[in-house]
Amino acid sequence: MRVNFTVNGRPQEADDVWEGESLLYVLRERLGLPGSKNACEQGECGSCTVRLDGVPVCSCLVAAGQVEGREVVTVEGLAEYAQQRSRGTGACGTSLDEARWWSAQGTDSGTGEGTELAPVQQAFIDAGAVQCGFCTPGLLVAADEMLERNPNPTDADIREALSGNLCRCTGYEKIMDAVRLAAARQGEAV
Amino acid sequence: MRTNGTPTQLTQGSRTRGGIGESTLRPDGTLKVTGEFAYSSDMWHEDMLWGQILRSPVAHAEIVSIDTSEALATPGVYAVLTYDDLPTEVKHYGLEIQDTPVLAHGKVRHHGEPVAVVAADHPETARRAAAKIRVEYRELPVITDEASATAPDAVLVHENRTDHHASHVSHPNIVHRQPIIRGDVEEARRRADVIVEGEYVFGMQDQAFLGPESGLAVPAEDGGVDLYVATQWLHADLRQIAPVLGLPEEKVRMTLSGVGGAFGGREDLSMQIHACLLALRTGKPVKIVYNRFESFFGHVHRHPAKLYYEHGATKDGKLTHLKARIVLDGGAYASSSPAVVGNAASLGAGPYVVDDVDIEAVALYTNNPPCGAMRGFGAVQACFAYEAQMDKLAAKLDMDPVEFRRLNAMSQGAVMPTGQVVDSPAPVAELLRRVKAMPLPPEQQWLTAGEDADVRQLPGGLSNTTHGEGVVRGIGYAVGIKNVGFSEGFDDYSTAKVRMEVVGGEPVATVHTAMAEVGQGGVTVHAQIARTELGVAQVTIRPADTQVGSAGSTSASRQTYVTGGAVKNACELVRERVLELGRRRFGTYHPAWATAELLLEGGKVVTDGGEVLADLVDVLGDEAVEVEEEWRHRPTEPFDLRTGQGFGHVQYSFAAHRAVVEVDTELGLVKVIELACAQDVGKALNPLSVVGQIQGGTTQGLGVAVMEEIVVDPRTAKVRNPSFTDYLIPTILDTPTIPVDVLELADDHAPYGLRGAGEAPTLSSTPAVLAAIRDATGLELNRTPVRPEHLTGT
Amino acid sequence: MDFLRPASWEEALAAKAEHPTAVPIAGGTDVMVEINFDHRRPEYLLDLTRVGDLYEWEVGEDSVRLGASVPYTRIMENLRAELPGLALASHTVASPQIRNRGGVGGNLGTASPAGDAHPALLAAGAEVEAESVRGSRRIPIDAFYTGVKRNALAADELIRAVHINKADGPQQFSKVGTRNAMVIAVCAFGLALHPGTRTVRTGIGSAAPTPVRATVAEEFLGAALDEGGFWDSGRIIPPSVARQFAELCSAACNPIDDVRGTAGYRRHAVGVMARRTLMWTWESYRGTDRATEGAA
Repeated sequence: MRVNFTVNGRPQEADDVWEGESLLYVLRERLGLPGSKNACEQGECGSCTVRLDGVPVCSCLVAAGQVEGREVVTVEGLAEYAQQRSRGTGACGTSLDEARWWSAQGTDSGTGEGTELAPVQQAFIDAGAVQCGFCTPGLLVAADEMLERNPNPTDADIREALSGNLCRCTGYEKIMDAVRLAAARQGEAV
Repeated sequence: MRTNGTPTQLTQGSRTRGGIGESTLRPDGTLKVTGEFAYSSDMWHEDMLWGQILRSPVAHAEIVSIDTSEALATPGVYAVLTYDDLPTEVKHYGLEIQDTPVLAHGKVRHHGEPVAVVAADHPETARRAAAKIRVEYRELPVITDEASATAPDAVLVHENRTDHHASHVSHPNIVHRQPIIRGDVEEARRRADVIVEGEYVFGMQDQAFLGPESGLAVPAEDGGVDLYVATQWLHADLRQIAPVLGLPEEKVRMTLSGVGGAFGGREDLSMQIHACLLALRTGKPVKIVYNRFESFFGHVHRHPAKLYYEHGATKDGKLTHLKARIVLDGGAYASSSPAVVGNAASLGAGPYVVDDVDIEAVALYTNNPPCGAMRGFGAVQACFAYEAQMDKLAAKLDMDPVEFRRLNAMSQGAVMPTGQVVDSPAPVAELLRRVKAMPLPPEQQWLTAGEDADVRQLPGGLSNTTHGEGVVRGIGYAVGIKNVGFSEGFDDYSTAKVRMEVVGGEPVATVHTAMAEVGQGGVTVHAQIARTELGVAQVTIRPADTQVGSAGSTSASRQTYVTGGAVKNACELVRERVLELGRRRFGTYHPAWATAELLLEGGKVVTDGGEVLADLVDVLGDEAVEVEEEWRHRPTEPFDLRTGQGFGHVQYSFAAHRAVVEVDTELGLVKVIELACAQDVGKALNPLSVVGQIQGGTTQGLGVAVMEEIVVDPRTAKVRNPSFTDYLIPTILDTPTIPVDVLELADDHAPYGLRGAGEAPTLSSTPAVLAAIRDATGLELNRTPVRPEHLTGT
Repeated sequence: MDFLRPASWEEALAAKAEHPTAVPIAGGTDVMVEINFDHRRPEYLLDLTRVGDLYEWEVGEDSVRLGASVPYTRIMENLRAELPGLALASHTVASPQIRNRGGVGGNLGTASPAGDAHPALLAAGAEVEAESVRGSRRIPIDAFYTGVKRNALAADELIRAVHINKADGPQQFSKVGTRNAMVIAVCAFGLALHPGTRTVRTGIGSAAPTPVRATVAEEFLGAALDEGGFWDSGRIIPPSVARQFAELCSAACNPIDDVRGTAGYRRHAVGVMARRTLMWTWESYRGTDRATEGAA
């Protein structure tokens, strides 16, 4: 079957999709967006978390056909999404100005140094919340959405909001640090 | 043809500074937070096929017949391979003993053993075709424990063993046996005022790394194959893969893809040979990605163990003797079992001074899932038992458990039961003192301002099982000892290639090793070492591959020590050659070139007095200086097969934990409130990363204390919970705050004085949690993980 | 496999009538796991996410008509006053991501004894609104669960909504798992006080082949409260009454040993949860509550 939907503000079409395929598979294997991760494919780890019409969901449990006409934001689009939110435009998609701005930034081809990041992405790097990094994309999408809803979370709030995202490397302490840091920076910026 | 996801080099430039000892940030951090970092399951190649493995549904059976015809006839299927299709006489592999068939031959020995592989144009096509392969099994009785393995009429898991352990074991179903005998236990027992005995059970833990086994094999025009894969040791894989393919090693070019965690579970091969076989057979790139169900069958687990311990002590609290027997279940194939036996035996007494010791460790061949490497192997199981014993002894002597441990704690100069003298700092008593001195978390943190209970902070969490009823607090302590690096005479070395040249008007160092970065932060540390030794800002880390010499395994807490040591060594050699170059070019202009101690700092050659002699840019000019060199730590020796005596380990690592738990004693649910850790790391090359390692290791220890266990049906030897629905690992709501106190007491034998750090925190975490639960409940609890049934007697 | 995408409820019913083996999929939190792990290959997937009505709820005078696909997150956020037991149960479902997607219709359709919504529905009193092209009917919740992962739906029927009685008294829900979040129930217990009718209702999850009520325990407690004049006096329930209620709830279980827990533990834990939830709800009823509803 064919599926048309929007990913990170850009219209996408996937063809010859097998009806049993998940949104996760379509993103990773058909659209060249492997940022959403395939750790369990049973909704028990959160590494594939994306926003579907704004709501964080496990993309492994969304049938590809269910996203027809819907909007998806993945970790690859998180920086842009956060940027638009902070500008208050609310809309997705890249304006001409933004496109020029993007190309004007020098980035390091190797490490992506210089890449514009969402505050929560930068906080994960700065706090040492990334080790193997396989849980990171899902955690970032979930944490970013929580901070959008709840800019001043308690520790218990953070833990509850991230309780669907498993991490095997860090013991979560530096993930807590990162989210606290992102919240604090977000507070300063306002 | 297009390929996506091939690893690129990482360059840390002017934004990141910092040599050793500083918390510089990961060079791969930005790629990992933007989703661009290419993990092994992210690989994609135009025109690629998908590989699928057919696995045995039973644990032990003869294979009567395999019919692949219907699978082969499925449209979209390009190849179906069984044992009979293997191209050479080499049809087995293994880390130490080559006992593992690439595809089952005549017999399957464990649930989930690979029987056939399929390549097709879509994963669903491959799955459907695999389901059409008809295999007829004739089931055999299952060997599941020591009694069934060593019974006189026991079926042999492996007939006709010829491996180097076969001759010294008492039964062919025993992989390896290592006794450690020192002093005279019978005599010492007479001096004991108190004796405690215990029988302990350690459940089967899974590494549960999040990135599933996966990779891409691309056939090459020269008849070879390029393999992109997540592993812990590229060259060990290569040594096992190439002979099966019938290719010289140089025609199997391996590159490390992004690794989504490892923890020992990627030491053994998984999909590597299967993907290569299918790629070479079909002439097309082949990708294999396990799903989580398959992953539970796709790698070895931590050895479950039964441990029988007897300790004695005098009434003033000095240990008299230890007699122990440790039985490890190795499952169907040997994997790392011999090394796990060596660790369990040689570290079985723990970090304590006890002169009279009789320890025996064995690993069994059974039809249970194969077990091998997992963080802390051998030492983890032993620590659970000896720390329970320490608490029992302290209780029997009416002593404080921490004081009792400190009284018996080893220190530098102590003699291990192997006769080895501990020749670097061993601050066991100090680590215990430090965790005990940390402030305790406040009581009843779950009471909110309005005096309502915040269930998120109570046992049961969001499930709303208690609002404080039945909740009792407990505190427990534990300390452990782990060896660092490969032991028992293994030639443990690494290789680093370091290059220095001017790029874009700036001196740049390039570091190339085959070290598997599995998340631990080795790439961060390599850049720090290069900056420190070579005085440059820009460091490029080349992708790890087999174009450079072996780095050894990312395991045994060894990579910062050994590959870090190799990078340091190569940098020093590069520095000497750069200085030679400088002397040739500028030596006549300044006498200090000949007389002073010279350093490379801030892109310049400076004297130890701080005088600048030249810019590196000028010294190097158009020349590139490059060195590739092996580096090895001091040699170890094997343990004597009868007495276990020998200089077996290169370094020891120590950590201590204090656990604070709250237990709902009526429902048997546990909430760990805090897990404080103190650890000696010799030198923290990157403090942020070291603390991250300690917190991560601590949490894996917590998991196996209260929830993690692969459950194997003892009647069928089949795995009952191969999923993340029923194999539970801690969520962020199960994990407490983990304050960490890092000591840095240098080991003069090691580069920068560092001490391998990755595993020690996984040892003492589990027994500390168990001790805290015992403290809260008064129960004996000789088994881990603790289940609610054990706490409620139901 | 075919993917059917009805745009309306009528189209969905027509599709189900035409293809009775079609597997309805909404949140996907059960169906997709089975597909991903190759446990199930339905001939037809019937996607219900385009049927807008299923995502709506109406609060009536006596009951709430809850669309089958209203996500658990919405129930937690919007229906705590009307459906406190179900809101608490919703909060224990899996993870935030799953709660954003899954709804009660899926729990009922799968009819796993471990479904988190069942004990709350049993305790509150509910009716399942099932419909087919043949017509609509309401199935009382007590008659809905017919066996292990079996329910009273006919092959051509779909669940449209659940009608749940609005709380007329305190309700509680408790679930035991071996992890503090994202865990399938080892066993679960729901309790609702109905001061209007002076009755008590219960629901037990994961401790019998189907979700069940502890009817003997309900009758015992109802009688004890009535005879002792507790509803009027608001006196503390004597420990002996609570204990017997707990024992009768345990006795209502018919559990098995499995990888998640033993039968013995399940019986024990249901008793503990019965006693605790009774204390919490009764304290709340007495109006002296300090810690009744948790922090859900």
